Amino acid sequence: MVARPHGGRLVYKVVKDSRRERMLREVEELPRIKIDRNTAVDLENIAHGIYSPLTGFMTREDFESVLDFMRLSNDLPWTMPIVLDVSREDAEFFDEGDLIAIYAGDTPLATMVVEDIYGYDKKEYARKVFKTDDPKHPGVDRVYHKEDLLVGGSIELLNQLPNEYERYTLRPIETRVVFRERGWRTIVGFQTRNAPHIGHEYIQKTSLAFVDGLFINPVIGRKKPGDFRDDVILKAYETLIANYYPRKSVVLSIVRYEMKYAGPREAIHHAIMRKNFGCTHFIVGRDHAGVGSYYGPYEAQEIFNEFPDLGITPLFFREFFYCRRCNGIVHEKICPHGEDARLRFSGTMIRRHIMEGKAPPKEVIRPEVAETILSFDKPFVE
Amino acid sequence: MSDANRKSKYTTVSIPRALYNRIQKLIEGKGFKSVSDYVTYVLREVVAMHEMESQEEPFTKEDLEEIKKRLRALGYI
Repeated sequence: MVARPHGGRLVYKVVKDSRRERMLREVEELPRIKIDRNTAVDLENIAHGIYSPLTGFMTREDFESVLDFMRLSNDLPWTMPIVLDVSREDAEFFDEGDLIAIYAGDTPLATMVVEDIYGYDKKEYARKVFKTDDPKHPGVDRVYHKEDLLVGGSIELLNQLPNEYERYTLRPIETRVVFRERGWRTIVGFQTRNAPHIGHEYIQKTSLAFVDGLFINPVIGRKKPGDFRDDVILKAYETLIANYYPRKSVVLSIVRYEMKYAGPREAIHHAIMRKNFGCTHFIVGRDHAGVGSYYGPYEAQEIFNEFPDLGITPLFFREFFYCRRCNGIVHEKICPHGEDARLRFSGTMIRRHIMEGKAPPKEVIRPEVAETILSFDKPFVE
Repeated sequence: MSDANRKSKYTTVSIPRALYNRIQKLIEGKGFKSVSDYVTYVLREVVAMHEMESQEEPFTKEDLEEIKKRLRALGYI
C-alpha cells in the first residue's frame, strides 16, 4: 500500500474554481502581507499536502514543540519550523482571529486565518534547528534575516507561483494516483540537487532492487553559482532513465523547495515530504542536507533512531565509489582496497571536466548523460 | 510561554512494578535515558502502526478523473 500521509490525511488547501473568483474579489478588502519567494514555496507546499498534516504556518505551540521536542504539539514527528515572519509594522494591521491576504508582489497567493502572532528568539531557533548560531551557516543566516514576529494560522491557496517546470511537477495527490495505477506497493524516494553520476545510479538501483518503484524527486530552488542548472539536471535524468533504467519502475518529478541545510533535522523533514508523496522508503546518504562541517557525515542517518513512528523507512547508504581493483562500483563496507585504487564521484572533478568541454570518465558519469550536459552552452548557475 | 511550561508536557501513567523492573534491566546500555523514554518509544511505534490502518483521501471521484487525465497527458500513466 502507498504510504499513508503523515498524520493520516492528505491536506489539500487549494481553493477550487467555484469559490476562487469570489475570494479573489474579497481579498482586495483584507489586510495584506507580502512574502518572499521562499515563504511562498512553503505556502504552496502546505496547500498541496507536501507538508501534511500542516494546514498553515505554525502557531507558537507547534513552533516551540518542534524546537524542543522535534514533534508537533499533537506528538507527530516534525523537525523543521514552517513559519511566516512579519514585521512589527505589518502586524499592526491585523489581530488574532482576522482573515488576511498573503501576496507575492502584486499577486494574491492565499488567505490566512490568523490564529497566533508571537515573538521568538532567533538564536534559540538557530541553535535548536541547526545546532549552531554561526551566521556563516546559510540556514542560520536566513533565520537572522527573518522579521521579528511569526504569524500562525491555516491558509487557503488562491494562486500558484509561476512554474517553468509545470510539466515535471506532480503533487502528492497525483503521485499517489500514479503509484497506485502502476500497482506499486513499495516506493523509494530519492531527493537530489545534482545531475546524476554513477554513484547516484547505484544507490537508486540498489534501493529499487528491494521495492516496486523509484521516485526521483529533484529539488528545484535557489542555487549557488557553480551548481548545475535545474533544466540540466532534469534533462540529464531523462537521459539516464531512457538509457539505463526500467522505465516502468521509475517516476521523475520535481518539488519546489528551499534547502535549509539543517542536516539531521532536515533529513527527517525530507522523509516526511516523500511520505506525503506516497513513498514507503526514503534514501538517506552521507551528510544528507548538510553544509560545511556543521554535522557529522552520518548524523542525518542516526537521527532516524529517535523516530520509531515516522511511518517511512529510511534506507541508509555509505558513499559509493569506483574501485579499480574490484573493477566496479563499491563502498567502504564491501571494498577492502586502499584509497589509491578508488575513484571518487567528486562534484569538483565532474564540474572541471564539463567546464573544459570534456566528458568525465565513464566510470564516474554515463557517456550519454555527459553528452546531454555538454549539449548545454551554460550548464552551471552563474 | 515560560521554559518551565514548555517542558511540562508530560503526564503520568501507571505500569506494573514488575514490568518497570524488567524494562529497567532491558534498557541498560541501550541508549534509553529512562524507563519513561523506552515506554514512550514503544508506544509511539505501536500507535503509529495502528494509525496506518486507515487512510482518508481529500479528493472526490470527479477530482480523481481530472487527475488521471493530466497524468495520462503527461505520460505518467
